[in-house]
Amino acid sequence: MLEQSFYDKTDEILSRYPAQERSLIPIIHEIQEAFNYVPVELLPYVAKHIGITETKAFSVASFYERFSFEPKGKYIIRVCDGTACHVRNSLPVLERLRSELGLSEKKHTTDDMLFTVETVSCLGACSLAPALMVNDHVHPAMTPEKATEMLKALREEASVHE
Amino acid sequence: MGTMKIDGRNVEFSDEKNVLSVIRKAGIDLPTLCYHSELSVYGACRLCNVEDEKGRMFASCSERPRDGMSIKTSTPRLVRYRRMLIELLLASHHRDCTTCVKSGDCDLQKLAHRLGVSTVRWGYKERAHEKDFSSPSIVRDSDKCILCGDCVRVCEGIQGINAIDFANRGTDAMVIPAFNKEIAKTDCVNCGQCRVVCPTGAISINTNIRPVWEALSNPDVKVIAQVAPAVRVALGQAFGGAKGENVMGKIVTALHRLGFDEVYDTTFGADMTILEESKEFLEIFEKGGPFPLFTSCCPAWVSFCEKRWPEFVSHISTSYSPLQMLGSIVREYFKGQNIMSIGIMPCTAKKYEILRDDLKRDGKQNIDYILTTEELITMIKRAGIQFDMLEGEAADMPFGIGSGGAVIFGNSGGVMEAALRTLCKGSERSALEELSTGGVRGPGSLREFTFNYKGKEIKAAVVSGLAEADALLRRIKSGESFYHFVEVMACRRGCIMGGGQPVHAGYRTKEARKHGLYESDVNTQIRRSDENPLALSIYDTLIKGREHELLHSHR
Repeated sequence: MLEQSFYDKTDEILSRYPAQERSLIPIIHEIQEAFNYVPVELLPYVAKHIGITETKAFSVASFYERFSFEPKGKYIIRVCDGTACHVRNSLPVLERLRSELGLSEKKHTTDDMLFTVETVSCLGACSLAPALMVNDHVHPAMTPEKATEMLKALREEASVHE
Repeated sequence: MGTMKIDGRNVEFSDEKNVLSVIRKAGIDLPTLCYHSELSVYGACRLCNVEDEKGRMFASCSERPRDGMSIKTSTPRLVRYRRMLIELLLASHHRDCTTCVKSGDCDLQKLAHRLGVSTVRWGYKERAHEKDFSSPSIVRDSDKCILCGDCVRVCEGIQGINAIDFANRGTDAMVIPAFNKEIAKTDCVNCGQCRVVCPTGAISINTNIRPVWEALSNPDVKVIAQVAPAVRVALGQAFGGAKGENVMGKIVTALHRLGFDEVYDTTFGADMTILEESKEFLEIFEKGGPFPLFTSCCPAWVSFCEKRWPEFVSHISTSYSPLQMLGSIVREYFKGQNIMSIGIMPCTAKKYEILRDDLKRDGKQNIDYILTTEELITMIKRAGIQFDMLEGEAADMPFGIGSGGAVIFGNSGGVMEAALRTLCKGSERSALEELSTGGVRGPGSLREFTFNYKGKEIKAAVVSGLAEADALLRRIKSGESFYHFVEVMACRRGCIMGGGQPVHAGYRTKEARKHGLYESDVNTQIRRSDENPLALSIYDTLIKGREHELLHSHR
């Protein structure tokens, strides 16, 4: 059961869109941004409001990689594994990140909810290959060593914030 | 209008909506896995690909016929492509074909055989998902799904339910209910239409053959069957009979040979339904409302109404469905005896209906198990009964007689027609004919007409397919449409196309089943439910003074 605050925030999002089928994706986008994930409990709620079935809402939400039903970490690291990045050795970068953070193909988020590591098919930044993104920021020409340093910097940044 | 060349032959076309229909009209059975003429065009399976004169390939289901078009349907390249497509589907399919429930009737299996797919080069897919047995009506097996989307489109487009849909993407894509919950926890109304269009064993009937068979060999249990109208015009074809031929006599013989002690005709129950429902209607009609009264025979419809239109539930007739009528009467007739009461039905939703609390008496079900037409075919085959060689027998008394009006219950419009027959003046052929040609029959999934009763006009509607019914309810609610009496059947064309019927029924089979029932009607001496002497007689004996208790739902 979700806390009431989730529904209050969702109501606020819903109020800004017409209650129509076509609002579904923008609404899920905003939910993802607001909570860093899409709580599945909210999908039937949204579906009912805009007049579609929960099955349809789930179908759409589960289709897009960008939407996640699992809570994500504060820093979402998206390692590009498109063709250009792949041939320029993106996998060792990914493996370094995973081993440093104790993550795997199945486990994407650290227990302290600080980091989420995912792969994406292409960031559209092939000239910077191998590239990755941390939240909205692109890191070009990555190596495993640079990845380690980047994690260290992010940890420091996080501790300063606290 | 125009002419196109198919494999060098000139073929004329008129209003065919796609090239595939023209090809099939020309006598070429192009393979498809995702095409059904009544569903939206999807173009996923690519098996209907054809080549034009420039060597371009396109899916013929998704292309309009054009005058002067020239196409080839089975060049070596096309044949190679089709074989590859099937091979790829098989590679990602859990291929335990020999023990699969769909074996022998599976489109994928048939196509693999037909197209000569002799090897699969990419390994074997182990079972990865649990089967979903949560529904009393259907079983879902995701490992058999080939993602053709037929079930999704029938559930959403024709039935307006959308209990299942695509989820995830790419190699993770599946057809599942929202959040991968059990199908029984969705808005599924058990109509089984997904199972009718499923080309593989991904959706199948939840079968009850085993407990029935065990009871049949138990001398202490009297096993009683009743056979619904739609079964008799669909079953014969599985044993080489003509499409739509009424084989009720042989079914009775086969059931006796299987060991059923009594075989009754659900048309008896249908006459009871009409007697009660028309009484109910007249009462409301004379009182002036509330309108409309909805029929109650179809459990998928009742379930749909409860889930989507709760405000209309009180408008549904409380009269039992024919199955429950006869079930309740049989239970009363054999009171104190050890009986097992079986309904042989064209319907998967009846498996759900028998479990409903409002249809139980003293906590006991009126019917113990439902066997669909498909399951009865399986049993007859399993027992080795040579169905085509059987000589027909009459159903057993005292519940073996039904009127012509009761037989047409299996068609969309049949319940309405049978009910209005009892309001006709007399039973002359002319009066009945006037009714039957007055709009209650005919094509289309919604038919509206008026019926004159003692100088007053009864506005009636007949609807089949729940999406169509949903639209109708919306219009009734908004006041745009008004009716006194509405018949709803969840399956398009009615029970003859129910979820438990033999599949692969094309247009000709559907029409033949329909005409089979109408023909059985005119071949019955008693046409009106209120002239069935046996049904009338039990009002003075078996159920005297207890109609409400024994024949009505306490919803």
